[in-house]
Amino acid sequence: MDALQKGRRDIRNFYFLVGLGLLVVMAGLFAAHYMEEHGHIVTGMSNQVVWGMPHVFAIFLIVSASGVLNVASVGSVFGKTPYKARAPLSGLLSIAMLAGGLTVLMLDLGRPERVIVAATHINPTSVFAWNVFLYSGLVAFVAIYLWTMMEKRMNPLSKAAGLAVFAWRFILTTGTGLIFAFLVARQAYGNAILPPMFIVMSFAWGLAVFMIVQSAMYGWNEMALNPAILTRLKNLLGIFILGVIYLVAIYHLTNIYFAKQTAFEKFILVDGGIYPILFWAGYFLIGSVLPLFLIYSPKMGTQRHVLLASILVVLGSFSFLYVFIIGGQAFPLMIFPGYEVISSTFGDGQIAQYSPSLPEILLGTGGLGIAFLITTVGVRALNFLPKDE
Amino acid sequence: MSEINRRDFLRGSAMMAGLAVAPGMMLYDLARANQPASSAVRWGMLIDTSQCEEGCDDCVKACNKENGLPGKTGPTDEQWIRKVELKNVKTGRVTSLPMMCQHCAEPPCVDVCPTGASFKRADGIVLVDRHLCIGCRYCMMACPYKARSFVHEPLHDQKPEVPRGKGTVESCTFCVQRIDRGKDITACAEACSKAGHKAILFGNLNDPNSEISKRLKEVASTQLRADLGVDPGLHYEGL
Repeated sequence: MDALQKGRRDIRNFYFLVGLGLLVVMAGLFAAHYMEEHGHIVTGMSNQVVWGMPHVFAIFLIVSASGVLNVASVGSVFGKTPYKARAPLSGLLSIAMLAGGLTVLMLDLGRPERVIVAATHINPTSVFAWNVFLYSGLVAFVAIYLWTMMEKRMNPLSKAAGLAVFAWRFILTTGTGLIFAFLVARQAYGNAILPPMFIVMSFAWGLAVFMIVQSAMYGWNEMALNPAILTRLKNLLGIFILGVIYLVAIYHLTNIYFAKQTAFEKFILVDGGIYPILFWAGYFLIGSVLPLFLIYSPKMGTQRHVLLASILVVLGSFSFLYVFIIGGQAFPLMIFPGYEVISSTFGDGQIAQYSPSLPEILLGTGGLGIAFLITTVGVRALNFLPKDE
Repeated sequence: MSEINRRDFLRGSAMMAGLAVAPGMMLYDLARANQPASSAVRWGMLIDTSQCEEGCDDCVKACNKENGLPGKTGPTDEQWIRKVELKNVKTGRVTSLPMMCQHCAEPPCVDVCPTGASFKRADGIVLVDRHLCIGCRYCMMACPYKARSFVHEPLHDQKPEVPRGKGTVESCTFCVQRIDRGKDITACAEACSKAGHKAILFGNLNDPNSEISKRLKEVASTQLRADLGVDPGLHYEGL
């Protein structure tokens, strides 16, 4: 195939991907409009499960947006050359995913048209309000960081900018964890282990997303990843997966040894229907054990295996978040310790039912679409392809 | 020019004063509506669970009527007050009680609200400013009492005194529209008294001479999830 033919094929493929992304985004916007017109009655959410599928997608995107910067941080802050070559792509992905996640969160609001109120009325005691600054701050810091890397004159400042991004994303993911950690009354949350758990999850999920995008870009350009760099990245992913398993285990053990939380843990891990299945099969087996096998097994560990492992980590993260966010709310609040609720019109003492509706799923995938679209256009318009010497 | 004698002067003055005072007296209630809520008052309730009758939901009906709520009880419907029947796990004793916003002194909903839409008035009533609420539902995640509802559907036939809004969060207001008119009893407490149960005593916790303060001094009562340290304004007797 000559260069001209390849160029034509590239353009055709590019427009196909952009069209695909636009379609997904349009479906998401339509879903948001539908939800706004009819109210949240058209979602699976209720007065007990107040956060649903959109939050699973949004939190995945926001947590990964921070984690994907890991690659940049290792390059800029710790000065590792192979990572430095990947820092611009990692920055672009971070902005893209943050934009996708925040759009989903915003469009899921009961009054999305009042988003300006959120920007002009700030309650200093609210973790949500802090996050408004943390998210917008990250976009600003990463944009400056990208500028210092891509503009030659600014190169000397890139290490300082990288350091700022490094610090900021730690605080940001701490903030995301604190959204749940500061909820005192819910058995699933209100736990100081959550911020560090979210940070390590961000490492794993972000790197998995990075590996998927990098594989796609190398595949597009018919390039193979340098085996030494593949080994480094896959080992890092493996360590992050193990780190997440460790913190998730500590989180559940803390709950179990808090004697009164055993009923909740039994629900989430043993007899709660979809939640234990998603936890053990989705998060633990498919999202953790299998990827570790694909990475570390002597006969595995090729680029293809690592790509598959990365995809499985992302699937596992969705399972985990579904269990954490929705399972955590489905279990009833303990309002009357020592008493069993015989009857209540408001679902006290009962496990809440939740099944996601199509509009909320489309809104969530719309967020993925936004991240995909920004990445695809960004990669095409600017030079983000990691080049190793 | 005729000279004004003392008697005429006094009579005239008295009439003038009467004219000035009478409408003021009549409009006392309205005048109070213009007063800001004062921290000299902390509104609260004492629920006597031994008087709360199993199966009676007069308080719920009265609340729905007062506040223009449809009174449906699905998982997406608004319930500002609900009846809960409980059984003591160890003794098997069954208790019935009304459950609603506990109007905490340290309300978690107010702490977490990003825009400040959830707020506590000086007189202890916890409310949602319908103009500032963006419908994020973080307050519902934070509330230890499941006291809040989200308006899931478009609304019809609202009461002008109780404005509500689709896509915003709401909960018991201690019938703030009554209190600001000077009627110091909530619809639920009134209905409970009317039914002869007198299980809900509403009053000023900050006034040592109020009926509620005197009763709280006499009887053993408890706040729900007192361990959380949010200091609810509702006290339960017999739990």
